[in-house]
Amino acid sequence: MRSKSSFFIIPYVLWLLLFVVMPMILLAVNAFTNGQGQVSLVNLRAFLTNGACLKMMVNSFWYAVLITGLTLLISYPLALVIAHCRHQRVWLLLVILPTWINLLLKTYAFIGLLGQHGLINQALQLIGLAPRQLLFTKTAFVIVAAYIEIPFMVLPIYNSLHALDQQIIAAARDLGASSWQTFWRVVWPLTLPGVRAGVQAVFIPSLSLFMITRLIGGNKVITLGTAIEEYFLTTMNWHMGSMIGVILIVIMVLVLLATSGKEQNK
Amino acid sequence: MKRIGRALYLILAFVLLYLPIVYLAYFSFSSGKDMVRFQHFSWVHYQVLWSDKELLAIFLQTIILAILSSLIATAIGTCGAWGIFRLRGYRRKTMLVLNNVLMVAPDVIIGASFLICFTALGIGLGFFSVLLSHIAFSIPIVVLMVLPRLQDLDLTLIDAAQDLGAGRGVIFNQIVLPEIMPGILSGLFMALTYSLDDFAVTFFVTGNGFKTLSVEIYSRARQGINLEINALSTVMLLVVMLLAGGYLFLTRQHELALGARS
Repeated sequence: MRSKSSFFIIPYVLWLLLFVVMPMILLAVNAFTNGQGQVSLVNLRAFLTNGACLKMMVNSFWYAVLITGLTLLISYPLALVIAHCRHQRVWLLLVILPTWINLLLKTYAFIGLLGQHGLINQALQLIGLAPRQLLFTKTAFVIVAAYIEIPFMVLPIYNSLHALDQQIIAAARDLGASSWQTFWRVVWPLTLPGVRAGVQAVFIPSLSLFMITRLIGGNKVITLGTAIEEYFLTTMNWHMGSMIGVILIVIMVLVLLATSGKEQNK
Repeated sequence: MKRIGRALYLILAFVLLYLPIVYLAYFSFSSGKDMVRFQHFSWVHYQVLWSDKELLAIFLQTIILAILSSLIATAIGTCGAWGIFRLRGYRRKTMLVLNNVLMVAPDVIIGASFLICFTALGIGLGFFSVLLSHIAFSIPIVVLMVLPRLQDLDLTLIDAAQDLGAGRGVIFNQIVLPEIMPGILSGLFMALTYSLDDFAVTFFVTGNGFKTLSVEIYSRARQGINLEINALSTVMLLVVMLLAGGYLFLTRQHELALGARS
């Protein structure tokens, strides 16, 4: 009976082997071999002894922290406000809608917005500030990346806020907690799982962005993703590119462990 | 006071969220050449877009690619979900973990490892490699959309059908398929948007011959502002809104149908 119906999933199993297992193995093989196909740690050594590479990795990590922090700062209050609104579904849909618009187009819009005479500079002039170079700066990169990621942070936070038992808040208020205390001692800890999910959803893509670094960061920002793209498509050093890929995966797994490990204590 | 503060924040946040999109669309109707000052209303950029045969061809290719890849991914993913649904214990867990690898992997990694894969397998870079990649990264989301529906399935219905002498095919087509259809449709829709939205993976596995809209916009945007892109984005905005509207309408219909039944 089992064998009869299992031909159903042959394409799926084939997909698992060809596009999940095999790419992972090949990436690892490429990372730990040299140009002659011998097993070696030359790529890892090259990465760890090259100051520029290490600096790039630390910078990439730091940018991801900044982007995630900025996104959280904007998204948490937004999720909180929406959770108190009357037409929550409509507002949520409006948060999700921009994610359905091509990433490239949203990024392209910022080339205009941040330009020398763009809207932001015009607004700055209105309040009496001199126009400045905004495009192709590190700040611009962080802002645009945060803009792109906001919906992915709002959704999980909103979900955990929505699941919150309103009676707990009422109880806190009854017991004399101020609204700040209620938030900090009750609401925030109870919505931490949502925050963690949001941080995971934002932090990992932020490490690997490479298109925004080129279009908005003007090659000033090099993330791990940019480095991989460069090694694979420009300098054609796939072994080094794969090594950085492996390092990116390791960092990713560490971040996932760090953000989800605490949950078991509760 | 608090209410006003909340309303203000809500308005501010949504102005920020939609400013770039509206800004793009607004300048697509300007007769000028940049996104600085709105000259006067004109359709000129839409005319340029309409006569840009290369871009229109790429637009068409992108749509065909999205439809093809999402249909194939939905078929394979639905079968995969059915397979996983029938597994138990550690086998099921292993399959689910492997299924989710491409969901959490950064797209740069997916692109790079697929590129190595295609080279190892001797598959040339072009439409076919891009199609395979799009199918590949869309399958897991289809599985994740279909699996919960399968778990909600009333197994006594299947037993009853078997008792009444229904064959495997009849059971799947007449009982399972209608029940999991909403999941399949969501999966198809997600696969469509994944394919339309992808840039990074395509960028890695496309050769010189084949381009999707994302890749083309990238190379044009690197050369600076071109209001033809604005016109294009306004058109795509409309397409996305129609798609979203259609999807909402479909799910709403299903919810209404469910509501009527219970």
